[in-house]
Amino acid sequence: MAAAEGSGGVGGPLFAGLADVSISEDIPVEGEITVPVGSHSPDDDYSTLDEPVRDTIMRDLKAVGKKFVHVMYPKKSSALLRDWDLWGPLVLCVSLALMLQGGSADSKDDGGPQFAEVFVIIWFGAVVITLNSKLLGGTISFFQSLCVLGYCVLPLTVAMLVCRLVLLAGSGTVSFIIRLIVVVAMFGWSTLASTAFLADSQPPNRKALVVYPIFLFYFVISWMILTFTPQ
Amino acid sequence: MAAVDDLKFQEFDDAANLLAANPDATTISIDEPAEIPRNQHGRLQEPGREEDDELLGTDDSDKTELLAGQKKSAPFWTFDYYQTFFDVDTYQVLDRIKGSVFPVPGKNFVRLYIRSNPDLYGPFWICATLVFTIAVSGNLSNFFIHLGKPTYHYVPEFRKVSIAATTIYAYAWLVPLALWGFLMWRNSKVMNIVSYSFLEIVCVYGYSLFIYIPTAILWIIPQKVVRWVLMMFSLGLSGSVLVMTFWPAVRDDNRRIALATVGTIVVLHALLAVGCLAYFFDAPELDFPAPIIPAHNVSTVITKSR
Repeated sequence: MAAAEGSGGVGGPLFAGLADVSISEDIPVEGEITVPVGSHSPDDDYSTLDEPVRDTIMRDLKAVGKKFVHVMYPKKSSALLRDWDLWGPLVLCVSLALMLQGGSADSKDDGGPQFAEVFVIIWFGAVVITLNSKLLGGTISFFQSLCVLGYCVLPLTVAMLVCRLVLLAGSGTVSFIIRLIVVVAMFGWSTLASTAFLADSQPPNRKALVVYPIFLFYFVISWMILTFTPQ
Repeated sequence: MAAVDDLKFQEFDDAANLLAANPDATTISIDEPAEIPRNQHGRLQEPGREEDDELLGTDDSDKTELLAGQKKSAPFWTFDYYQTFFDVDTYQVLDRIKGSVFPVPGKNFVRLYIRSNPDLYGPFWICATLVFTIAVSGNLSNFFIHLGKPTYHYVPEFRKVSIAATTIYAYAWLVPLALWGFLMWRNSKVMNIVSYSFLEIVCVYGYSLFIYIPTAILWIIPQKVVRWVLMMFSLGLSGSVLVMTFWPAVRDDNRRIALATVGTIVVLHALLAVGCLAYFFDAPELDFPAPIIPAHNVSTVITKSR
């Protein structure tokens, strides 16, 4: 090999002289080539594709549960933001809409919100708020913001549950005051939790512009919960 | 940086006064090179219209068009194009709201506050807030009015939210569209000095609706006199913002058309306020025996008159 390199032309390109060099067949050329192939070992395929269904479901459930805990005790952790999923918001939205369902009046026009209305308000409201924060220059991604807003409906769903239980006991002034306190507290919790997660990704001189629609969104949901009257 | 202070309206006052004293003086301003040739022939107008120039902002209409061309350069199918309509800070939005609630006589809302940076944040969220405020306040007021009556059964009246939303968003977007089209058409016939872009008109209308939010909250008080006084007050404030914005744009036109335009603006605004009050808030003094009748009492159906 060294002989081949040395016979290159003096003034020309380095390997120009190689054309008239032939490697003798007597010189053995041997070695080992190992190509690091990124092939999955058989064990990897097995663990996610062939694992028991229970494991798959439990993994997702644990992720959702961990996020619920994050919402109830909001600390500035990025777990909620990094691994977004929309299962939790879906479950919360459906359960809230189902619980708001029974509040009809004699004519459909004057009753409480129907299932589809609650659904649309929550999802359309979350999309509009996300678009608003992105248009104002926020750095959070679309689905991350939807995820946070959806998960922060959890305190209000708890409030709805409590309200329905209190209404089972009676619907006088005392029950109204209890419901009012519970709903106001949960509304404050929801707004604070979502602001804690979302406010950091906004430009500093527009924070109030981003927080106000979130406040309005949870206020509307709280109003729907508070004015629920069973038939 | 000092540029924020330089953009305050007071600077133009000084320049205009100085130029009035000495019409042929050349003006040198570092940040507005395009103004130098304009100022010299701009001063040939009658001195009586000087205060109107402040209203029109003739000096900076060129700059406005220049700036408008520079700002929205992204094609309309990109996200950045829509981001230019949300290029406002918190203090700017608060300033614009303040300007719509306290109209200064003689100052044009668009020239003073918008200044070629119309935003869609204000109109959209003020309308959303107004929709929910009217629905919630109407519901609360009806609840308090009918509270003592034995046959009253509280209902949330959720359908009214969608009706309120349709009305208010239609008003805040279709009326500016019609007004903009009308102004464009008149501009082609009469050379108006002032013309507004569609977004600026939407902006003015959106911010002028802000005064109705506290008004709607105060309309919970079940006294007819109080409600009408509140309505007159808020109609006066927001109507004057609209009138002071659009009067300079139609003033050069045929006298009757100008008056008709401004009159239509005020009448539509008043219709919105009166309509909302009449539809969402029950009248307090009329005696409603039973607005909602349970289904098993069909024999005593009484229709509610509004």
